[in-house]
Amino acid sequence: MSVWVSQHVHAMGAAFGKLAVQRAASLLNMLVIGIAISLPLGGYVLLENLQGVAARFSLEPQLSLFLEAAVKPADRDALERHLRNEPRVGSVRFVPRDAALAELKKTEGIAEVIAALNENPLPDAFVVKVRNVEPQQLEALAADLGKRPGVGHVQTDSGWARRLAALIDIGRLAILLLSALLATGLVAVTFNTIRLQVLTQREEIELARLLGATDAFIRRPFYYLGALQGLVGGGIGLAILAGGLHLLNRGVRALSQTYGSDFAFTFPLIGDALAVAAFASLLGWLGAYLSVSIYLRGIQRQ
Amino acid sequence: MISFSNVSKRYPGGQEALSNVSFSISAGEFVFLTGHSGAGKSTLFKLIPAIERATSGSVIVNGQNVSAIKVSAVPFLRRNLGLVFQDQKLLYDRSVIDNVLLPLSFSGFAPKEAARRARAALDKVGLTAREKANPIELSGGEQQRVAIARAVANRPAILIADEPTANLDADSAASIIDIFLAFQQVGVTVLIATHDVSLLGGAGKRVLKLEKGRLMAGREAA
Repeated sequence: MSVWVSQHVHAMGAAFGKLAVQRAASLLNMLVIGIAISLPLGGYVLLENLQGVAARFSLEPQLSLFLEAAVKPADRDALERHLRNEPRVGSVRFVPRDAALAELKKTEGIAEVIAALNENPLPDAFVVKVRNVEPQQLEALAADLGKRPGVGHVQTDSGWARRLAALIDIGRLAILLLSALLATGLVAVTFNTIRLQVLTQREEIELARLLGATDAFIRRPFYYLGALQGLVGGGIGLAILAGGLHLLNRGVRALSQTYGSDFAFTFPLIGDALAVAAFASLLGWLGAYLSVSIYLRGIQRQ
Repeated sequence: MISFSNVSKRYPGGQEALSNVSFSISAGEFVFLTGHSGAGKSTLFKLIPAIERATSGSVIVNGQNVSAIKVSAVPFLRRNLGLVFQDQKLLYDRSVIDNVLLPLSFSGFAPKEAARRARAALDKVGLTAREKANPIELSGGEQQRVAIARAVANRPAILIADEPTANLDADSAASIIDIFLAFQQVGVTVLIATHDVSLLGGAGKRVLKLEKGRLMAGREAA
C-alpha cells in the first residue's frame, strides 16, 4: 500500500471517527443538509414533470377556426383567400369535417362515443399558424377572424400551454434562486461544523505540527468530514424526496385517473440522483476547505 | 550531527535570548545543556526543530541548514528528530498507545507496522503493560516515558529533550536519564536541556553551560 493511499485511508478513518464521536450533532447536521437539499430538489422534480405535460402540446401559437355547420362554399373560399392574404398568418391548413372525425376516431376511448353518434358532429375547420407570438396580437387576430361570415368559433389553442410554459420558466428561476441560497446555507453549515472541530482539536493540531505532520495531512480529515457530511446529507435529501413523491403520487394517480391519464411524478434517474449526492458532497468539501483555511491560520504555526 | 555557529536569537520584544553561540555535537554523542532558567536553554532547544528561527548564524542539523529551511520542509525535518517537550504535550483524549501512534500516522506506515513500532517504543521505556491506559492515570514519571516513547517511535537519529526530569523525584529522574543513555548506546545522538545539575555528575557526559544566552566554556567529561 503506497503512502498516499494509506494516508487517505487514515484521513477517512479519522473523519469517520469524528462523526462517530459526535453522533447526535453530526446526525442533526446531516438532517439539516438533507432537508435543505430536498426543498429545491423536490421543486425541480415537480417542475420537470409538469413540463413533460406541457411539452406534449404544441407551443406554437395556433388558431382553430371552426366554421358554421351551414357555411356556404363561397364564404368558405372567401375566408380561405382572406387567410392566405392576411400578413399575420403564417400557414393555413383546411381540415374537412370528415378528416377531423377520422382523426378523432384514432384517439383512444373516443371511438366508442363517436360510433354511438348517427352523424358527424364536427364542423369544417381551418388550422392557422400565426406569425406573431405576442398574446395580445393573437387575441386581436382571433377577434378579427371571428367576425368574418361563416366563422362559428375561433379557438386560440396553445395559449394555456404557453402560459404554463412561462409559469414553469418562472418556477425554474425561483428554484434556481432557492438552490443557490440553500447551497450557500449548506456551505455555511459545514463551515461552522468544521470550525468547531478545528477549535476542539486545536491542541492535537499544534502537537501534530510539532511532530512533523504536513499541513495537507492535518487538513485532509476535515475535508473528508465535510464531504462525507454533504454526501450523507445529499442521501437524506434524496430519501426525503423519494418518500415525499411516494406519498404525493397516491393522490396524483387517483386524480389523473379521472382524466384518463396515468400521470404520476417520477423520481429522478439514478444518474441525476448521484449528481445531486456528488454536488452536496462537493459543497461540504468547499465548506470544510474555507473553514480549515481560515481557522488553521489562527492556530500558531510553530 | 548538530552544529551551531555564531547563533544569536533576539525575540521581537528586543531581549536577546542567545548571543553568538557556537558548538558542535557529533553523531552518537550524549550532551547535557544546562544553565539557570532563563539562560536560553529552551530557545536553543526550539532552534533545532525550527520551532524558532535564529536571528543570525546558522544551525545545521543532519547536514541541513535549519535556520534557512523552507516552511514546507519543516515537517520532514521534524520527523527525523525525536522531541521531548518540557510540558510533555500528551493528548488525554486517547490511550497511551494512540499517543505513541500519532507521529507514525504522518509518516504513512501501514497500521500493522505502525502498531509494531509503537509497541517497540513503549517496550523501550518499560510501559508495554500500560498501552491501553489513559495518560492521565499514569504517574509523572510514566507520562514522561510515554512522551519519550512517542519521540522515538519514528526511530530518529537525534533525540532532544527539554527539561525531561522537571517535576520528577530523584529516582524517577534517574530512571529517565537511564532511558536516554540506553538510546545513546544504540547510536542515537542525545541532547538534554536541564537545570538540574544533580543529574550531570552521575552520567559523566559532556556538558554545555548557558549563562544569560552565552555559552560558557564547556565542561568536557570523559
